[in-house]
Amino acid sequence: MIDARALTKTFPDKKRGPIHAVDRVSFHVNSGEIYGLLGANGAGKTTTLRLLATLLRPTGGTAVVSGFDIGTEPEKVRAQVGFLAASTALYGRLTAREMIAYFGRLNGLEDAEIAVRTGRLADELDMHAFLDRRCDTFSTGMKQKTSIARTLIHDPAVMIFDEPTLGLDVMTARAIVRFVHECKARRKTVVYSTHVMSEVEKLCDRIGIIHGGKLLAEGTLPELRARYGEQDLEEIFVRAVGGDPL
Amino acid sequence: MNFSHIRTVYLKELKDLLRDKRTIRSMIIIPMLVMPALAFGVGSIAKNVYSKARAEIPSVMILGGEDSPAVLAELRRSKKFRVVPTVADWKHSISEKKIRAAVQVPEGFAAGLAAGTTGTVVIHYYEGELKSGFAAAELEAFFRGLRERTVQARLAEHNLPATLMRPFETKRENAAPPDRVGGNALGGIIPYFIIILCFTGAMYPAMDLTAGEKERGTMETLLCSPVARVNIVLGKFCMVLTSALASMTLSLLTMTASFAIGGALWGGGGKEAGVSRLNLPPIDPAGILGVLAMVLPVAVLFSAVIFTVSLFAKSFKEAQSYVGPMMVVVIMPAVVGMLPGIDLNVRLALVPILNLSLVCREMLSGVWHWQYIAIIFGSTCLYAGLALAWAVKMFNREDVIFRA
Ligand SMILES: Nc1ncnc2c1ncn2[C@@H]1O[C@H](COP(=O)(O)OP(=O)(O)OP(=O)(O)O)[C@@H](O)[C@H]1O
Ligand SMILES: [Mg+2]
Repeated sequence: MIDARALTKTFPDKKRGPIHAVDRVSFHVNSGEIYGLLGANGAGKTTTLRLLATLLRPTGGTAVVSGFDIGTEPEKVRAQVGFLAASTALYGRLTAREMIAYFGRLNGLEDAEIAVRTGRLADELDMHAFLDRRCDTFSTGMKQKTSIARTLIHDPAVMIFDEPTLGLDVMTARAIVRFVHECKARRKTVVYSTHVMSEVEKLCDRIGIIHGGKLLAEGTLPELRARYGEQDLEEIFVRAVGGDPL
Repeated sequence: MNFSHIRTVYLKELKDLLRDKRTIRSMIIIPMLVMPALAFGVGSIAKNVYSKARAEIPSVMILGGEDSPAVLAELRRSKKFRVVPTVADWKHSISEKKIRAAVQVPEGFAAGLAAGTTGTVVIHYYEGELKSGFAAAELEAFFRGLRERTVQARLAEHNLPATLMRPFETKRENAAPPDRVGGNALGGIIPYFIIILCFTGAMYPAMDLTAGEKERGTMETLLCSPVARVNIVLGKFCMVLTSALASMTLSLLTMTASFAIGGALWGGGGKEAGVSRLNLPPIDPAGILGVLAMVLPVAVLFSAVIFTVSLFAKSFKEAQSYVGPMMVVVIMPAVVGMLPGIDLNVRLALVPILNLSLVCREMLSGVWHWQYIAIIFGSTCLYAGLALAWAVKMFNREDVIFRA
């Protein structure tokens, strides 16, 4: 469960003045639900998700993740969260197995438990062929699978995906999308950010449209269609953010 | 603080670093090759140059002295130098190193000797040039001998005892125990090496584990884990410290070994040729332990400072541009500590790095000023603690870790 309440992040910037990257964003995600955060470049998606994962501290508002407040109990929040982003890379000189085991230990798991879980994840993600190879020799797809296994080793209740299909080919991207569905089936709370409309349509139970740090519209796809009188999500998105930039 | 988390981070960093070929190269192989090369190379070159200079019989010219043929004849008979025919621009010959020196015998020199008057013999040479210096010294020795004999003859002539001109003799004798001599000769250079090796040993991993991780994008991955930031910092920091101490110890061992071998090879010959011995003179063994104990807080200080400074960088290259200039800040006090005549006092005992350099010199020569040792150890521990606290603080600052 995630409950964001007026979450705000302002970056000080000497030249441009304060940047309101996230501006009083409130939303709620239940377990077994996929919440899609839809926004253009620089809309504030990554910053919002980093706030939820306690990588950044909010300058205003707060959020409760799996019952823990991100401001007061960040370590407990992180123990409940699996965070996957383009900016979370792998240690190139470790093998996939070592990488997964490292994060298992950081999450306080015993080695025997880590071995069992690694085997199970490798089955599910079809990783056995490269499990003992060093990560710097991997293709993008192998890296992404290893990263997913890394985020799942402690079986978190909340999964946060920041543009997880960025730069992947169609087949690998489909595998990721299938995998996010799998998370939902296991009653995990999922937040999924992207600017790809088709992924949102396929995947998300509810959608939040974020622009300039503000959450401009929120609802299920049918609700949004009804509100904006458009069928196409892209049209809805453009209407929501205030028209074409011309 | 959670020691199991610190250990997990530490072991992972250790494994990671040992798999990095660049580490192995810069921290283990290079010091292990460079130090022996330095010891052997410098040793043999110094010995060669010196003994060659010694072996050469210098050519000299005589200026004037035509009215003192006996003196000139004696000069020509000397085996210590070879008199060559005088040319007009003898100065040029000296600066061109065709001859090593020229001696100017004043007019009426021999007559003056007989008559009991005085005169000045001028020796022209190339100041700062080793071989010319040797030639000048030989000429001086020649005229000193002549002067002695003249004095003796004059005294005998007046029936005076030989002791008239030499009422007493002075003589220097070394009263320091042998290990103190060793400590002082090498005491300056060993701390210098230790300080530099410690710094360079910490440098690479400190930059790699901070700026390098940011650059490769693994820092954010690591921060996603529920481990408290302070444990991540301490795990990484311990790795940097290990590397600083390990690389220093390795280099010192290879250095000692190669100096010992080099000393055995060239020490004997060197002594005959007048070179000071190259092998390590005896050092107070307790001094070595003392030095190692004193180096520990300095290693912590270096590791924490380089770690924190590199934390601000976004890439390994950027970190290098910050840490490189710091090397000067470290070398300066280490060099000052090598200078003779600078002794410990309370104020210098508070200056980091310099105080280590000075106290190590003393300890290696078996001198233990406990009050200074306490001040230095205490103050360096304090600086190291502050630097480590700074590292933890900066690691918790998101504008440092997530610099846009
Ligand atoms: N560490 C930071 N310091 C200063 N400004 C920042 C920082 N991180 C993000 N910003 C600014 O905050 C705004 C939102 O950025 P954010 O990365 O959250 O957008 P995004 O929706 O993830 O965009 P993208 O699609 O490009 O990933 C941008 O204007 C960005 O420049
Ligand atoms: Mg982003």
